[in-house]
Amino acid sequence: MAPLVNIVSLNKRFGRLQVLNDVSLQMTSGASIALIGPNGCGKTTLIKTILNMVLPDSGSIFFDGLDIKGAVSYRQFIGYMPQIGRYPDNMSVGQVLDTMRSLRAESAAVDDDLYHAFGMNHLLDKRMRTLSGGTRQKVSAVIAFMFRPRMLILDEPTAGLDPLSSALLQEKIAAERRMGRLVLITSHLLSELDEMVSEVILMHDGAVAFHRSSEHLKEEAGEERLSKAITAVLRRSQA
Amino acid sequence: MRAAFILLVGVCVVLSSWGRCISVGKGKAFSSIRSALSASHHGDTLLVHGGVYTEGNILVDKRVLLLGIGMPVLDGAYKYEVLTIKADGVVVRGFCVRRSGMASLDDPGGIKVMDANDVVIEENRLIDNFFGIYIQYGKHCIIRNNVLEAYGKEEQQIGNGIHCWKSDSLQIIHNSIQGHRDGIYFEFVSHAIIWRNLSCRNLRYGLHFMFSNDDAYVGNIFRENGAGVAVMYSRRVSMMNNCFEQNWGDAAYGLLLKEISDSHLQGNRFIDNTSGIWMEGTSRMQILDNLFKRNGWAMQVQASCMDNAILRNNFMANTFDIGTNGSVVLNTLLMNYWQRYEGYDLDRNGFGDIPFRPLTMFSAVIERKPAAMLLFRSFLVQLLDRSEKVFPSLTPENFIDTKPSMKPWPLW
Amino acid sequence: MIRIIRFIVIDILRNRMVLAYAVLLAILSWTVFGTEDSAGKAAITILNVVLLVVPLVSLLFATIYVYNSAEFIELLISQPVRRGHIWISLFIGLSLCLMLAFLFATGIPLLLLADAATAWVLILTGCVISVIFVALAMLAAITSRDKAKGIGVSMLIWLYLALLFDGLVLFLLFQFGDYPIEKPIVLLSAFNPLDLARILNIMQMDASAMMGYTGAIFRNAFGDGPGLVLAFAVLMLWAALPFLWSLYIFKRRDL
Repeated sequence: MAPLVNIVSLNKRFGRLQVLNDVSLQMTSGASIALIGPNGCGKTTLIKTILNMVLPDSGSIFFDGLDIKGAVSYRQFIGYMPQIGRYPDNMSVGQVLDTMRSLRAESAAVDDDLYHAFGMNHLLDKRMRTLSGGTRQKVSAVIAFMFRPRMLILDEPTAGLDPLSSALLQEKIAAERRMGRLVLITSHLLSELDEMVSEVILMHDGAVAFHRSSEHLKEEAGEERLSKAITAVLRRSQA
Repeated sequence: MRAAFILLVGVCVVLSSWGRCISVGKGKAFSSIRSALSASHHGDTLLVHGGVYTEGNILVDKRVLLLGIGMPVLDGAYKYEVLTIKADGVVVRGFCVRRSGMASLDDPGGIKVMDANDVVIEENRLIDNFFGIYIQYGKHCIIRNNVLEAYGKEEQQIGNGIHCWKSDSLQIIHNSIQGHRDGIYFEFVSHAIIWRNLSCRNLRYGLHFMFSNDDAYVGNIFRENGAGVAVMYSRRVSMMNNCFEQNWGDAAYGLLLKEISDSHLQGNRFIDNTSGIWMEGTSRMQILDNLFKRNGWAMQVQASCMDNAILRNNFMANTFDIGTNGSVVLNTLLMNYWQRYEGYDLDRNGFGDIPFRPLTMFSAVIERKPAAMLLFRSFLVQLLDRSEKVFPSLTPENFIDTKPSMKPWPLW
Repeated sequence: MIRIIRFIVIDILRNRMVLAYAVLLAILSWTVFGTEDSAGKAAITILNVVLLVVPLVSLLFATIYVYNSAEFIELLISQPVRRGHIWISLFIGLSLCLMLAFLFATGIPLLLLADAATAWVLILTGCVISVIFVALAMLAAITSRDKAKGIGVSMLIWLYLALLFDGLVLFLLFQFGDYPIEKPIVLLSAFNPLDLARILNIMQMDASAMMGYTGAIFRNAFGDGPGLVLAFAVLMLWAALPFLWSLYIFKRRDL
């Protein structure tokens, strides 16, 4: 099966810092990939290059076989949940959601599972400025999942969410994965990833340290839990 | 009209006691004015009836009364001077004089008075002439109630409306002049009065006044003339109750005063001029009770002016009240009303307790570098002006009105 | 794109800073007309406001708004929307709102109380100035990631155009005063939209002052129909060039 996202020797430099160093990756539909690594390893930059927010110095990214350079429409197949969701202060939740919906041409029925799960219908008239960080995260999540995208990019999705909402989101992620979507998650909370993740990409200093399936990792480390397996592998590599 | 006719007949009857009444016109005793003139004697009256008389130059060398009845037209066909008067006591009344010769060397005019005294020119219309009424070496002449209209396009191709040269004791009253080079031109004319004339839209000056002493002009209106009014090289001139309006242009002045002394300027109105009064080399002048309103500069006092008194004038809504190119100013400013004045009157005597500085820093800058007009009303300039008010550096320290009036003077 | 513009406009119109700006302008305009003795003088005072306050507020507000919208811009980019459209929408939205605030606050008293020709030129100027300084603000905001630095840059732009430039002109005038510099000076005014706008308005409302001396050159340059059109075209350029430059950067920039 052809990968949905094919990244070919991507390089990006911010001034003197090489943030992406010859990154090549394949991600296939139905995979749920954890993108992990220490702060400043290039996780967010990688995500942003996939979304064309950061333009690579060299290398290409193919989405469903098409080069995304200068492309626009491929992003209708991607749901993105940013690390920090900030919205124009004076708009209500309802207006933000409406606007997001209006940016897409297709009129297919939207996925409103999270909308209901998070009780958005009670918040529609609230101004964004008055919302807590957690609630804003919920809005971001709703937007990301709303259009049934083929790929979900979730940047620290559960940070700032209360345990209940976090659990709801994790359930939703698992459900999406079962439906054959490609899910790319970055997270610092390794324990959370256990349930959701089928593959792990570890980045270090802008390069891909490894890209393995979680089963493979667990076997290699001899650990039951993915989080422990990862820490074990990390320790081994540093030793 | 009828009353006038009866009066005319009456006048003729009275005059006939020492002169005859000669009718000119179609079917009259004479059909041409020239033939009637050659047949006439001193003291005769020529009654010229309506019609167009194209007779080339008409020379009047006898003391006759030329009366137009029904506005007869004297046409110069753009070739001749129309009417030349060389005798004392000639009266020309009620003619339309038109199309004099243009721009030739001998300054052809509609009506020219040469070396004659006591000539009266009144109630005529002078249309499309090179010079309108031209007086040289005339004394005690009266020019009254005439309408002069010309259509000059360029200064060199048109003469003056009422042109007076080396004359004395003239009275120029209630004429209306437009479209000439200078509306009224005075050179070497003394003891004359210019009263209640309207001079507008002339190409150069509404009134051009040179080397003429002891004259007065009163109650005239000078409006929209190419360069306003110029009064130069003269002494003892009285200028009262005139209006100087809407003289706009690069070198246009409401009133240009150059080398004038011992003169009197009172009760005039200067409104909407680029420069209300521009004075240079002017001394011992009284400038009283005038209104300066909406001028670019109300007064531009050059450094060569001294001992002038500027009293009780109203300065309102001018861009600059005073401009000067000098640093030492030897004139007196007192009791004027300055709309810009921001002082107070604690002792309630009607005059501000702190002196007013009519010169702004920016006006001083403009005087030196006119191109700085680019910065007119800019924030920087306002800052500079404010600071200059507190710490004068560029503007002359002593150029102040020490007794500024708190209220505008009740001028007409 | 229209949806994004609408969205931004609604957001800005609910912004307290814009409301405060409109109220401030309105109070200023009405009091000016109430206290000055003539409508002409009031118009001149309002011109000063237009040339000082409008640029300052436009710059500051637009700069801050762009910085505060950084995350929202990112979110929009993750949607199937062209980058250029986002930036253009932001520009149009900001310009529209600031123009609206100005029109509402100053336009109404001007139209009601000032001489019609003066009012229209002044209103047009205020609108164009708003747009120009939104464009400059967006350029300032895009050149630096640091909000404080961006705001600093826009303050410098304001200081330069409102004050320093004129000082420089004055300096040049006195340095090269012996040369025939009138025409170059007129040309120089094209390099500061505030100077150009001021001259245009003064030609309209303070005609007598501009009639003398250099006034002739200004009159020849801006007084007649084509000159006026040319001057407004230059002002348009002042809005277009900084914006297009910022658009160029935005399209190529990493967010």
